Amino acid sequence: MAVSEQTQLQHLAWRAGFGESLPVINSWAKKRRKEVVRKLILGPEAAALDPVKVIDETDLPDYQRQRNMGAEERRAVQRMNTDGIKDLNVMWTHSMINNPHPLREKMALFWHGHFACRTQNVLYNQQLLQVIRQHGLSNFGDLLREVSKTPAMLAFLNNQQNRKQKPNENFAREVMELFTMGRGNYTETDVKEAARAFTGWGFDEVGQFKFRKNFHDEGNKTLLGKTGKFDGDDVIAILLEQKQTAKYITAKIYRYFVNEEVNEAHVNKLADKFYQSNYDLRALMQEIFLADWFYEEKNIGCKIKSPVELLVGLRKSIPMQFEQEEAMLVFQRVMGQVLFYPPNVAGWPGGRSWIDSSSLMFRMRVPQIILYSQEFNIRPKEITPEMGEGSNYKMTMQVNEFLKKQYARKVNAKVDWDPYLKDFKDTPREQLADQIAQSLLLKNSSINKQLLEKYSDSSTRENYIKTVTIDVMSTPEYQLC
Amino acid sequence: MQVNRRRFLQVGSLASASLMLPKFLKAMEQGNLVPPGNKVLVVVQLSGGNDGLNTVIPYRNDIYYKMRPTLGIKREQALALNDELGIHPALKSFKALYDDGALGILNSVGYPNPDRSHFRSMDIWQSASDSKDYWGTGWLGRYLDAQCKGCDKPTQALEIDDTLSMALKGDAVKGLALTDPQRLFGASNDRYFKELLDKQKHDDEHQNVGYLYKTMAETISSAAYIQQQFKTYKSKESYPTTELGRNMKTIAELIMTDINTSVYYVSHGSFDTHVGQQQQQQRLFEQLSDALQVFTTDLKKNDRFKDVLVMTFSEFGRRVGQNASGGTDHGTANNMFLIGGGLQQKGVLNEGPDLGNLQEGDLQYKVDFKNVYATLLKKWLGADDQAILRKQYEHLSFI
Repeated sequence: MAVSEQTQLQHLAWRAGFGESLPVINSWAKKRRKEVVRKLILGPEAAALDPVKVIDETDLPDYQRQRNMGAEERRAVQRMNTDGIKDLNVMWTHSMINNPHPLREKMALFWHGHFACRTQNVLYNQQLLQVIRQHGLSNFGDLLREVSKTPAMLAFLNNQQNRKQKPNENFAREVMELFTMGRGNYTETDVKEAARAFTGWGFDEVGQFKFRKNFHDEGNKTLLGKTGKFDGDDVIAILLEQKQTAKYITAKIYRYFVNEEVNEAHVNKLADKFYQSNYDLRALMQEIFLADWFYEEKNIGCKIKSPVELLVGLRKSIPMQFEQEEAMLVFQRVMGQVLFYPPNVAGWPGGRSWIDSSSLMFRMRVPQIILYSQEFNIRPKEITPEMGEGSNYKMTMQVNEFLKKQYARKVNAKVDWDPYLKDFKDTPREQLADQIAQSLLLKNSSINKQLLEKYSDSSTRENYIKTVTIDVMSTPEYQLC
Repeated sequence: MQVNRRRFLQVGSLASASLMLPKFLKAMEQGNLVPPGNKVLVVVQLSGGNDGLNTVIPYRNDIYYKMRPTLGIKREQALALNDELGIHPALKSFKALYDDGALGILNSVGYPNPDRSHFRSMDIWQSASDSKDYWGTGWLGRYLDAQCKGCDKPTQALEIDDTLSMALKGDAVKGLALTDPQRLFGASNDRYFKELLDKQKHDDEHQNVGYLYKTMAETISSAAYIQQQFKTYKSKESYPTTELGRNMKTIAELIMTDINTSVYYVSHGSFDTHVGQQQQQQRLFEQLSDALQVFTTDLKKNDRFKDVLVMTFSEFGRRVGQNASGGTDHGTANNMFLIGGGLQQKGVLNEGPDLGNLQEGDLQYKVDFKNVYATLLKKWLGADDQAILRKQYEHLSFI
């Protein structure tokens, strides 16, 4: 069965962002696909990258002095970090909802899972977020170099402890295993040699990358067949020379943006081009979004939305403001994806792992909870506290306290239905249900009409649209994009 | 009489529920009653890294008291098990179970290259991966994958919680989380969802849309099945009103029915005792001890104790030395409790920790926890442990 043009464009909107409203899709339909894709990739000219920022470098306490801080001061720093990371989550989510260049946020969300990292420090989180938002759609080499030099990553992967006399291999190993080549494509010796090259990479107390010469191993290293007095930048250059890196990254992008089931032929072709372009991410994404196979039925609506995609998509469809925006964290937690708290260095496994009995039933109730202002009656699991000892773990405990407190609270949202209602102003009454389902779903977009009728409130046209919308959003199909 | 009534309820509920179900689930509804005496595993997760040294106390060891001048449990307070080891005074029922021959203690359990991060280490324990690997599925989830492909009722593993832990997530099959069978039933018994299931076209369950419908159908049908079973038995014991007490009561009541569940999973915590450990651990242990006391009594009275095995674990132990805040920081090896009427080997199963041979202030592990999993999977649950753990681990002889 041929896929309708509307569905194809909705598919594009979901993969290159978080879905778009009917009028936007209709406006795309009037243009050539190439032009639409180009716009999606470049973003509107006026869309400069607004940093997601909750703290300034100058707001930081003097960490050198932290040792001598009194209890009160220490608590203040902790509060600053906990609240800061919550705010960062909320602000980034808002940017995903409202940003005129959604692909950039979508890429950042992808990289947030790829370069998975946990740190208690709000500034470090903010810096890393800025790096993946800034470079996530430009050049993978730049992105990798920048990410590898963030205090967040260096701290998380223990490179601060990587010294000539006593190398710590954690950072080198994950850079090879998770960030570039994937397991099985290098040897343990390669890891050891790369770790020696990364010695001395660290950061200072104001959160800036710092090469600490005294810790660096100046000797010769042999890595992936090359020998020299390599430093960290050399290692990254060598890893980028490996075609395997292009393959690994392309396959991961394909699984995220196209289909979890990889088509080898498509990926190989894309990877070749990606490698030849010297890791141009824009060109790669353009290639994908312009490919005919991207619009084949089997690639449409085949992915399970991540919790963040589900929430952002819902809020993008229907503008709303939460009385307490931090409620987003509770939704994220119950469904299994809290921004800045990936489960481990490998990130969220995604796909069907988002779904179990309780998460599915909750996901199907999310639209009702929000749009009918119902209570949370699910107690989220605690987030396991961050590594690091002493008082640091308290921060995560504070987040847990917060999550716990939301139990049995109503989610008060100020919902602005008007723009959504307007999208359907010209739709005849008898076509409303179909139109709504089609605009919200990519798979099985013909939800049984009798059923929608039966559960709708048809006292007014407005109520009818609202209730049908909520019911369509409460389906398994809505979980897919 | 009891049995007949139960069977009646079962048939009655199946008849009405099946009208709502799509075809591919009809097969599930030919109620297979589980033969009595099926083995049950109850996993109690002590979240936060319980301090094993103050749990099973080396109460004649000078190093212990030297390194824990204020935090060490006094020799006369420890509930003596043998000449070397005593149990925390708050764990009274554990001592009674020990005297009863229903408790096994494994010391120095851990894994190579231990990770001191709560979340990473919990990951390792729940997935049963090596510390260098990242697996997205849990050991009990993979048990479900192995046992339950095309299972009659996907209720073989239940977590008593609102959300599901990774331990119970398999590739194809996942456990089910619930705090209260009644509430789960209420939540899934939504008319709109049921009709959606009934009326909405959804093809192939290999595709995600089919998978979602299948999960929804299974949830609704499982919720009804659990609720139906749950109604058939009410415990006569009075459980403590703590969260763990309530959860253990739910587990006991389900065990006492004919439900096909073989694994229950429940968490207790938090044991993250960097500061003021004494009080926090005392309180949590009292709750644990009280809940387990009633639970085991309940099982014994119903002649099910021999079929049930409780296993406790924590993601790591604490450091040997106490810290300046009257607490302990993240450590490595730890002990595990095995409780049940069917233990082959009882009491202290191996030597206590060697405090004279620490590695940078930490205990060294002697038993890999995967050996325990392998033993439970193979000898207790009758499963293919090698396939589930993706490696052959030696079996222990406690069962």
